[in-house]
Amino acid sequence: MHHEEVFTNRNVTESSAYYYVDIESYPTTGWDKFKQVVRRTFSGELFIGLWVVMREMIKFDIHTVQYPKEKLPLGPRYRAVHKLLRLWESGYERCIGCGLCEKICISDCIRMDTRIDENSRKEVTEYSINLGRCIFCGYCAEVCPELAIVHGPRYENASEQRAHFVIKDDMLTPLDLLKAGAQEEYPGFGAIIPGSDDAVKKTPLAY
Amino acid sequence: MNEITITIDGKVIQTQEGEYILNAARANGIFIPAICYLSRCSPTLACRICLVEADGKQVYACNAKAKNGMEIKTTTPNILAERRAIMEVYDVNHPLECGVCDQSGECELQNYTLEVGVDSQTYSIKDTHKPVQDWGLIHYDPSLCIMCERCITVCEDMIGDAALSTVARGSDPIEAEFKETMPKDAYAMWNKLNKSLIAPNGGDTLDCTNCGECSAVCPVGALVSSDYQYTSNAWEHQQIPATCAHCSAGCQISYDIKHTSIANPEPKIYRVKNEWNYVSLCGAGRYGYDFENRDVVKHPEAFDAAVAAFQKADTIAFTSTITNEEALILQKLKEKLGLRLVNNEALAFKNFLSDYSTISGKTLYSGDLKQVHDADFVVSIGSALKTDNPNARFAMNNALSMNKGSGLYFHPISDPVICNMSKNVTQIQHSPMMEEAVLYLMLDLFGDKSAMPSALVEYLSSFHSVKTVTVEETVDEKVTETVTKMVLNEESGVEEEVTEEVTKTVKKKVSKEVEVDENALFGLLNAPAGFVDTLTKYLAKKEKFALMVGPDLYTHPNATNCARLVALIEKYTQFSVTMIPNLANTLGVAMICDLDGERGNYTIGYNTAGDFTLSALGDGDLDMPSLNQQEGTLTSIDKRVNPTNVALPYGGYVLNDIANAFGLNTTLTVEYTAHLPVDKGFKAVDFDALPNHYTNSGEEVRGYVLENLSVSVTGDESVEPFDASKAINEKVIYLANPVLQFSAFTARAHQLPSSGGLYVAQTAMETNGWSEGDCVRVKTSHGEVNTIVIADGKIEGDIAYLPTFDTTLNSESLFDGYRFAAVSIQKV
Repeated sequence: MHHEEVFTNRNVTESSAYYYVDIESYPTTGWDKFKQVVRRTFSGELFIGLWVVMREMIKFDIHTVQYPKEKLPLGPRYRAVHKLLRLWESGYERCIGCGLCEKICISDCIRMDTRIDENSRKEVTEYSINLGRCIFCGYCAEVCPELAIVHGPRYENASEQRAHFVIKDDMLTPLDLLKAGAQEEYPGFGAIIPGSDDAVKKTPLAY
Repeated sequence: MNEITITIDGKVIQTQEGEYILNAARANGIFIPAICYLSRCSPTLACRICLVEADGKQVYACNAKAKNGMEIKTTTPNILAERRAIMEVYDVNHPLECGVCDQSGECELQNYTLEVGVDSQTYSIKDTHKPVQDWGLIHYDPSLCIMCERCITVCEDMIGDAALSTVARGSDPIEAEFKETMPKDAYAMWNKLNKSLIAPNGGDTLDCTNCGECSAVCPVGALVSSDYQYTSNAWEHQQIPATCAHCSAGCQISYDIKHTSIANPEPKIYRVKNEWNYVSLCGAGRYGYDFENRDVVKHPEAFDAAVAAFQKADTIAFTSTITNEEALILQKLKEKLGLRLVNNEALAFKNFLSDYSTISGKTLYSGDLKQVHDADFVVSIGSALKTDNPNARFAMNNALSMNKGSGLYFHPISDPVICNMSKNVTQIQHSPMMEEAVLYLMLDLFGDKSAMPSALVEYLSSFHSVKTVTVEETVDEKVTETVTKMVLNEESGVEEEVTEEVTKTVKKKVSKEVEVDENALFGLLNAPAGFVDTLTKYLAKKEKFALMVGPDLYTHPNATNCARLVALIEKYTQFSVTMIPNLANTLGVAMICDLDGERGNYTIGYNTAGDFTLSALGDGDLDMPSLNQQEGTLTSIDKRVNPTNVALPYGGYVLNDIANAFGLNTTLTVEYTAHLPVDKGFKAVDFDALPNHYTNSGEEVRGYVLENLSVSVTGDESVEPFDASKAINEKVIYLANPVLQFSAFTARAHQLPSSGGLYVAQTAMETNGWSEGDCVRVKTSHGEVNTIVIADGKIEGDIAYLPTFDTTLNSESLFDGYRFAAVSIQKV
């Protein structure tokens, strides 16, 4: 018996590599169904599977990543929890508070508070990302003109609540880490494309 | 004005003869780039980007007038090259701080740089050091400034402060090679830009009435509100279209709102914006926006107490800072509960209007501020113009500067702001109580004597007398002299003596006696010497006359007579008459409510003190929403019913809830909009159907204009003579608000001062030996108050004034209705 599914408009032609597989027809009566269950349950195939597992187990040659103990290396374009970086020389925050990340965010989960500081500069007093809503699309890092917000490699966000905020202090590189040279640069989303300088026409300067 | 036809880029359009090409294009939806031009102001010719080709000749669209049959091209290769060079020049050394700039993309420099397609820079010049400047409410960053001079233009042509001008930039000269290589207009524009910067006329500080219009018109982020600086990006705001709630001008504004902070999601107003091409705001409108009644929740027991109070009350006293709909609710409550409605300020205006209509035959005055803008001779009587209605002052200034107009300002308090508008404006500082004489003078000077009632003509002629005066004048006199000179005889070659007669003209001073007409009214009103000649000069070639009258007349002891005189002026002169209502909705209240004079035994106060107080100021027994927390309509000086919307949430009870408790079943307050009294000129239009915008041609499409209904007149046009002996010549005090203040609501705004005092001119402070902050006792026949002295640089003379915005002073109690009162002031 041959079960045929009717293909409609799937561009299946004679010359394509498609072929029909043998699928036995489904049991129709209750008795036939019962027989199929009994046959499948007690067939020796079960023990073949168990034997494969047993054989591989005693070989001690396991290919599975031992996840919390062992982690895979991440590519530079991997997009995990955000980080706010500092300028290497001065230690100032790179974020200028332009608000582009806030604007571009498609899940509307970024907010910032800004004010004018004592030096007449725009200061970001608070910055938050609602990770319960963030879809880690990377637009914020891509739009950032200052390489200030980046996607770091931390993807473990276990928490009691989905919507736990990421606040500025959590994301910003601590000064001691910066001084220790431990701030990492991320060549991924938003980073300068190699060779960008050559693509820019220089503006003439009179001095 | 003749209708003409011009062609722009192949599109045939109709416009008026004498209209600028740019305005004609804008009105017909044709885009011509322009940076420095402001509608309603004179062309500055700073940016030169509006270059077009008219009949084959390059002209600036902002100052070239359209002629019939003109063929205009908005782009030619040369014009495109000029525009590109102009935008490149503007981008030279412009700081790349767009990311933090407060203009945040609402930037004309950005827009035109992209529009013109500037992708690289050809020009350069050494930058100069230009530190930022703090001008109080306004912050100036000269490095962002592109010297379009719009701030200077608007301050001069619209506002009338002329507080800004250009100063030297101290820059290097432009390299000579650019002069050869770059397009001509772009070079000329750069050359001008390179020499100047904006600076306040008063040196380091801005000495003006703080309207902030300069920051509104700034195309870049050079002039911004100091308070707004770096708090938000423009795109984050939700813009709530509204009508300013402070004065009767009813300016269209938008409240820009956003959440307060990350921690506080409640909306907050960050700033007020205006369509500066069509409407100009004063400082109270721009900076006095956060007057909302905050953190209000419903307390059912307070509401029950309010309902009980209404049952007990026989009077509702209220101010005119309410919407038309609320006024209608009050009127309905009056009818339902038999209450008295007391609002003395609106009652005075209502009575004035009804007295006026006994002669005019119309329920409303004929003029509006548009007519003042268009006039070339403007007169203001009985109003402290700049603070009663700043827009009326802007309109007067605009008329003076744009229409080569002249003006007269009749007011006892000398106002340097008005006097400095133009050299063609004169203040006549009459004594208080002489307003009727001013109105008679208007009739005498401008009235059509052949049409006026004979009794009136006779009365006016009684002020005239013929006087013989000796005038000295210079005349040209011909003098014939005999002179002897040596002439060479050509035949003989010998010099001979020849006598000849020479006639010369010499100037000679002669005295002669001439008979002149003397007008005693001039003397009675303290008109300055030579006023007759000044007036003759002012009136030359004038066609459109506008008169504004203010609250001094409505509260005048002889207000009825004043109103009838105003009606006669409207009838027998060419003046259009505009009355300045006191507060935001005085006109609406006067039209909707039947007002009573005296309070009864138990008063409910609405935004004013009472036995039970409803208040949007947060200090009453039951909270009410303020005007930025409710939707509704306000009636403006232009007789326009303007819609306003909810900018901020309000959690408490509204007047409608109380009305519903008394069986006026209406879900929303704005359901009353369609029920505003049609027999008073309102229209049965739903609130949601009211438009609120301006068209590209500047036409105001906001709400609707009240219908000016006819009323029957008796034909009695008699007016009472004035009594010159009533003039108050002793020391007086005035009831008015300082610049930036209108009511207790403006005093709540965090950018404006919250407390007032006795406002005194600088010179008067010196003569009296007072200094700022001194405590004084101000005593009139009605009462006394102790307050502090505050210097007001925007008035002159001896008359001090007390404000109404600071309710703790209770200034009104010192006055008997009329805004002037005899006073004694002592330092304590």
